Amino acid sequence: MAEEMTGAQSLIRSLENAGVDVMFGIPGGAILPAYDPIYDSKIRHILVRHEQGAGHAATGYAQATGRVGTCIATSGPGATNLVTPIADAQMDSVPMVAITGQVPSSAIGTDAFQEADIRGITMPITKHNYLVTRAVDIPRAIAEAYHIAASGRPGTVLVDVAKDALQEKVNYEWPKNIDLPGYRDHSQPVPQSIRDAAALIAQSVRPVLYVGGGVIKANAHKELRALAELVGAPVVTTLMARGAFPDSHQLHVGMPGMHGSVAAVTSLQKADLLITLGARFDDRVTGKLSTFAPGAKVIHADIDPAEIGKNRHADVPVIGDVRLTMAQLLPAVKAEFAKSQPDLTPWWKQVEGWRTTYPVGYDVPSDGSLSPQYVIERLGKISDPDTIYTAGVGQHQMWASQFINYEKPRTWLNSGGLGTMGYAVPAAMGAKVGAPDTTVWAIDGDGCFQMTNQELVTCAINNIPIKVALINNESLGMVRQWQTLFYNQRYSNTDLHSKRVPDFAKLADAMGCIGLRCERPEDVDKTIEAAMAITDQPVVVDFNVFRDAMVWPMVAAGTSNDDIMIARELAPDWDSQEL
Amino acid sequence: MKTHTLSVLVENQAGVLARVSSLFSRRGYNIEALSVGPTQNSEISRITISVNVEGHALDQVIQQLDKLVNVIDIIELPASTSHQVELILVRVAVANGASDQKKIDAVLEKHGAHVVESTATSLTIQQTAKPAEIEALISELTPFGIMELTQSGVVAMGRTITS
Ligand SMILES: Cc1ncc(C[n+]2csc(CCOP(=O)(O)OP(=O)(O)O)c2C)c(N)n1
Ligand SMILES: [Mg+2]
Repeated sequence: MAEEMTGAQSLIRSLENAGVDVMFGIPGGAILPAYDPIYDSKIRHILVRHEQGAGHAATGYAQATGRVGTCIATSGPGATNLVTPIADAQMDSVPMVAITGQVPSSAIGTDAFQEADIRGITMPITKHNYLVTRAVDIPRAIAEAYHIAASGRPGTVLVDVAKDALQEKVNYEWPKNIDLPGYRDHSQPVPQSIRDAAALIAQSVRPVLYVGGGVIKANAHKELRALAELVGAPVVTTLMARGAFPDSHQLHVGMPGMHGSVAAVTSLQKADLLITLGARFDDRVTGKLSTFAPGAKVIHADIDPAEIGKNRHADVPVIGDVRLTMAQLLPAVKAEFAKSQPDLTPWWKQVEGWRTTYPVGYDVPSDGSLSPQYVIERLGKISDPDTIYTAGVGQHQMWASQFINYEKPRTWLNSGGLGTMGYAVPAAMGAKVGAPDTTVWAIDGDGCFQMTNQELVTCAINNIPIKVALINNESLGMVRQWQTLFYNQRYSNTDLHSKRVPDFAKLADAMGCIGLRCERPEDVDKTIEAAMAITDQPVVVDFNVFRDAMVWPMVAAGTSNDDIMIARELAPDWDSQEL
Repeated sequence: MKTHTLSVLVENQAGVLARVSSLFSRRGYNIEALSVGPTQNSEISRITISVNVEGHALDQVIQQLDKLVNVIDIIELPASTSHQVELILVRVAVANGASDQKKIDAVLEKHGAHVVESTATSLTIQQTAKPAEIEALISELTPFGIMELTQSGVVAMGRTITS
């Protein structure tokens, strides 16, 4: 029996039917009708302090749980404040739905108060989007939005709803089936592509498993481990894939890319086969594309056909869900290996040489000041392996990726594709809401933190006790590093003076959190332990660290991975290595 | 680079053309011509796009278009196996009276084009033909002085018999 209700009620009912349990948002004029039924709904609505926070929180929630995250905002400025997190989530293939209010349909196009064409604005940064102007279309738009966001290559969907559609009376009906004639399911790999991939694997004597974020999205870590152990190849995990394969595993040789380990970067360069799994040959991984992995054939497994050949030619494309792909590859590779299995011993001898000669490390500052890498390393050692970490963007992000051992998927959340400063605190909030029994640490920079720290107020008020490790180097450190290396130490506009202002501990205190400070290496462990002991309130630890620390290794932007530097003006000693 | 003709079937919904054209500009693909119109099914429109790309890039264009949720199908239509038609309206000056008029008439007759408006100083001509024929007609009319030209993009349909 169809039930009569307002469009607003049907919107909230639709969200309930779509399985939404929490959403992050801020009300305003155009979306206001929807906030009335929210008042009675079983969906938890968390009132954030900035819509950007709502979007990153929905992203953090989605990354931590694998479910679709939801954020909601009003028209105009509310909607445009969502633009950054929408672009961020779409770049990192995060399933997210953003709901926005729009001015009444009769006013659309008139430059009405708080009107912004958010559908037009977000067209290039969403997987799909909707403008709904009639109440009867709301349930279908919501059902489709959640389906599209979660299926295939996940992504962001925006649903913009005109105010009059929210106010109109309608008979509620949840669509029984979803009919999207142009939306194809590519999850089943073609059997021939599996056979071709297995045949290539069986011929390779220098294979590398190049693992991207798609493996985590597909919940394929078990299959990955089985495949890696079967093939016995070195495994590299990209910034988006940290935790897809245990860091402690013997086959893991690190992160590839601009700040990857020498072993990971070099094994890709010298490989004869890249077994590419849910990765997209991003420029931060390949360096100068024309010099990337010059001797390698490529197996490219991805659910998005448009990724095949986008940056690098694939000798064997395998279009499909990477979990199904690996599950089918296992028996196929076994069958090939039964005929003949290549000996990877010489290859491992080389890889092992790079790994043992050039482990990712750091110099301790001679003046006794606190090294940022040490802080992050200790944090990883003291925390248990279930801990979820989020990061901002900058040096602290790279160190957090390098110096914490990730053993499980969905424990490392960061903004990889868009590189959005301000991601860490709201994403940690969303992750903690999705995984309330898990410790969540935001590892943030002093620059990033000052973009979105107001969400700590949201955390304090809504009992979301996240922890923030503020790596305070009183500067926009990553930019400063580039100025050190490429702009003659001319530090134009990268000094934040943030050891003077703000007083982060006091700021934390003012926002209803516990503020701690740590300045000496000998205090690191006990400060972390003090923060760990606080479980009923958000905590912020201001770690005052050495400002001149740099992220190494480094492949400078636009250069070849062969030119990796392990420290300033220091390339690996290739001559003493047999290559 | 070679011009390829893509026939793109899309859901007949607001904003679809914007999605397609925004995709082309965002990915840096060059559209030579584009035409949109209804099909026999009122829920489906056809966008015919002429795009100037190399083989590998063409594959990318198709794959990226295919990702748009409202795009139902994409077919590349090679000239050899399809009907391809363009429409022009062209206004030509008639400067030297009868002598020009005669020469123009000869050109029009050769191409099977016809006059839709005639004044003492100009002729407005309409033609529907294959893109190459349209091009030839324009170049033969150019010496007389083209005052105004409007040209549609290609509309195309695969041949029933292709061998
Ligand atoms: C929104 C946004 N603006 C600017 C940048 C460019 N950027 C990249 S890293 C960085 C510095 C970040 O500083 P901080 O948060 O203190 O991190 P650190 O590098 O010092 O660890 C900047 C400005 C960015 N990535 N995002
Ligand atoms: Mg900093």
